[in-house]
Amino acid sequence: MATKLVDTPSGGESQRESVDSVVIRFAGDSGDGMQLTGTQFTQSTALMGNDLATFPDFPAEIRAPVGTTYGVSAFQINFASYDIMTPGDAPDVLVAMNPAALKVHLRDVPKGGTIVLNTDAFTNRNIAKAGFEANPLEDGTLDNYVTVEIDIQKMTLASVAGIGVTNKEAVRCKNMWALGLMCWMYDRDRQPTVDWIEQRFGKRAPEIAKANIAALNAGHAYGETAELPSGIPAYIVPKADVQPGVYRAVTGTEAVAWGLVTGAHKAGIPLFFGSYPITPASALLHNLSNLKQYGVTTFQAEDEIAAVCSAIGASFAGSIGVTSSSGPGVALKTEGITLAFAAELPLVIVNSQRGGPSTGLPTKTEQSDLYQAVYGRNADSPLPVVASCTAGDCFFAAIEAVRLAVTYMTPVILLTDGYLANAAEPWEIPDVDDVADFKIDFAAGSEEFHPFLRDEKTLARNWAVPGTPGLMHRIGGIEKSYDTGHISYDPENHHRMTKVRAAKVDGIADDIPLQEVAAGPSTGKLAVIGWGSTFGAINQAVERSLAAGLDVAHIHIRHIWPLPRNLGELLAGYDRILVPEMNNGQLITVLRDRFLVPAEGLNQISGLPFKVSDLEAAIRERLESQP
Amino acid sequence: MNVQTPVEQLKPADYASDQEVRWCPGCGDYAIVKSVQRTMAELQLAPENSVFISGIGCAARFPYYMATYGFHTIHGRAPAIATGTKLANPELDIWVVMGDGDCLSIGGNHTLHALRRNVDIQMLLFNNEIYGLTKGQYSPTSRLGTRSPSTPQGSIDAPVNATVFALGAGARFVARSVDTNQKHLPVMLKRAHAHRGASFVEIIQNCIVYNDGAFSGWTDKAAAADSQIQVEHGKKLVFGKDGDKGLRLDPATLSLEVVTIGENGIGEDDILVHDETNRLLANLLGSMEHPEFPVAIGVLYCDPAETYDAAVHRQIGETLEKTPPTDLNTMLRRGRTWTVAPG
Repeated sequence: MATKLVDTPSGGESQRESVDSVVIRFAGDSGDGMQLTGTQFTQSTALMGNDLATFPDFPAEIRAPVGTTYGVSAFQINFASYDIMTPGDAPDVLVAMNPAALKVHLRDVPKGGTIVLNTDAFTNRNIAKAGFEANPLEDGTLDNYVTVEIDIQKMTLASVAGIGVTNKEAVRCKNMWALGLMCWMYDRDRQPTVDWIEQRFGKRAPEIAKANIAALNAGHAYGETAELPSGIPAYIVPKADVQPGVYRAVTGTEAVAWGLVTGAHKAGIPLFFGSYPITPASALLHNLSNLKQYGVTTFQAEDEIAAVCSAIGASFAGSIGVTSSSGPGVALKTEGITLAFAAELPLVIVNSQRGGPSTGLPTKTEQSDLYQAVYGRNADSPLPVVASCTAGDCFFAAIEAVRLAVTYMTPVILLTDGYLANAAEPWEIPDVDDVADFKIDFAAGSEEFHPFLRDEKTLARNWAVPGTPGLMHRIGGIEKSYDTGHISYDPENHHRMTKVRAAKVDGIADDIPLQEVAAGPSTGKLAVIGWGSTFGAINQAVERSLAAGLDVAHIHIRHIWPLPRNLGELLAGYDRILVPEMNNGQLITVLRDRFLVPAEGLNQISGLPFKVSDLEAAIRERLESQP
Repeated sequence: MNVQTPVEQLKPADYASDQEVRWCPGCGDYAIVKSVQRTMAELQLAPENSVFISGIGCAARFPYYMATYGFHTIHGRAPAIATGTKLANPELDIWVVMGDGDCLSIGGNHTLHALRRNVDIQMLLFNNEIYGLTKGQYSPTSRLGTRSPSTPQGSIDAPVNATVFALGAGARFVARSVDTNQKHLPVMLKRAHAHRGASFVEIIQNCIVYNDGAFSGWTDKAAAADSQIQVEHGKKLVFGKDGDKGLRLDPATLSLEVVTIGENGIGEDDILVHDETNRLLANLLGSMEHPEFPVAIGVLYCDPAETYDAAVHRQIGETLEKTPPTDLNTMLRRGRTWTVAPG
């Protein structure tokens, strides 16, 4: 029987202070359930009609030793009554479940910010482990903040007493207690979380479900009845004024999965997904493994190489083969990718970029695989590269990647990153029928056939699949004759084939939209050029600068290769060009190379997304200084 | 019901492509391609449903000479590519052709996993114990002490035994034959083809340029009878010109020994009977090396199980039954959604 919460009289509207936007950060041990707490808070917030953006930030270690700073896991959510695009620069409220969480995140909380502390965890041992010299609750460290000190563990244990769970299970409910308090403070509905708890534990472990719900309710009740320190009113964040429609919360990974499925349907062929687990790309394998009823076959290969090769083998058989990984894994796939390029088979490679090189920062975000995508192969082997810019955009970018792959018989690289993969945003669910079909016509018998006969317009080769009578043929990585498709070592032929393969990819520029300006004027003093997941931060910074009367524009490039035909002309219309990237300067090299523009970089390589305020400052600085 | 008979029977030559064969004159691969074409004709396999997938090396040129579908891929990766092809279209009849470097060095991992998963493909290893296309370096199957351009003082790393490797990987079908044995090889190919699951066939192949005669000690006609044992399921493990030699299990050491029937009180009943479903016996037979032992050829092991491709599609079928597909708009609306009303 589902638990329905009885409406408790919330601290009426008049007692609640209305605010336009709030940033909350939940932080605790990686075993404390902070990601879960954040996700549930996100669901409630989405259903309340606020616009939101989230930033999950977790360690690479699954269960780092308890109480250590490197084991701290955090989840930030920014929600507002207006259109927002980033998870927020700094938290208004930090919920710190232990001293280590406080140690790691305190520096981000602005003076005057609110910090909710679980005092039970502030033992001498934990305080020392976190690297504090003295108890921060007592030594004045928190003098400039509004603190709410609660023994959350004690409260949680009291709330679940009598339910029949072990002490360990009871302690685990403390994240729900904290969530309940936050739900009270920001007037969030607890029902979605209750439903989720029952779905998750209800049948399997009814006591655990009961305990979690009890803790959630107790946290909420505490907010209502306890006397919180002054300066901590209950808030209300009015609904955002958003476009009417049906919405859901979506992460980039979910959107890529749905986009790939939709792309395959638009092409009229099955989807084959071969992948090898790697952070942060594995979630795509998990998602697609649950979509088998939509013509999806998933395969967890023995390694990255087998992952890409199985996808190539599937494309050879008439599916759209897709593989995914992060930078180091894509490096291993390179030889396979060039085989698909040489054999001219469709293939989509999804790269969820992470901090590198090598193992680098597996759970942190970065944009440092642009060179790898554009240039990172042996021989003359240009590939189309598409970069998605928001979680929701991942859906359309994935469809586009499939379209280019099957229309041009080429591998296509789809760039996302750790931030896009994990972060959630509300998404107005599109109507799939609005996306045009790009149905595949496989070659059939009787016609004049050889496998490398090309379409005059797209230069794509014939695609005949095994099983088709009369069209038996052999393909491979050895150079083939332009005229017959057979093996050829002829020098002029190799020159010609290299040129035609490059022309095919270059021609895609005629089949993609011209570059638009995302914000601001189409000529002027300064253009800020971005790509990928920095869209939200750049757009907000440029919009704010425009509102302040500055002459600045935002251009966001989705088609990294080939670049839109008008981009050079567009860039020439600005006096200065600023290229913010979460890398040491990669798109900037491509732009300088293609258009000989004096672009300047703004590089942040911290594994964290840009802050809007930093970008605003950079824009102002560029406009005030001489080039 | 109409039974359709093909108007024209396909002959071995109908399985040969129009491409000029470019192996060295005298290469063992000629005999193998002939054997494969003969086998396909005998089975009347549909060329349009047959796919040959290879990696890199001399053996890997094989698909170009077959009038079927073919994919000449990259070094070592043929089993991985074939796995994708088979999963995408389980109706296809897929043959993977590999050399010893391809199969057991750079592609060892893929061989291991294709066998363990039991993907329904025929995996042919052309084992000549040398690298041919790169001009004569020793390979992972080269015997200790092999002198080659990269091992002028002789190779110092122990070779891998292909059949024992395959058995260790969990293969459900392991056979061995010899390139020039045109009576035996087609039988093995037919057995491999009939087996549902990954069928691993080691074909001993002579490289006439870089490793000529490497196997002649036991493959030459004169030597064969006394140095090979053709194993057959249910039959006694006997060999020799006079058929009086046999294999006996020493129960004390769990090892095989060669005995002569009629000597030292050995009778026919002492000789082991081949049981191709016995993995332990297959390991013992596969491990036998010339000259201490006769080299075993034939089906060493065959014990079918559900194939990987069948299991993958079984799970897809179960999913379809449990949660039938919706249109994509409904897919996007699964789970929690909310509506923002106009105004």
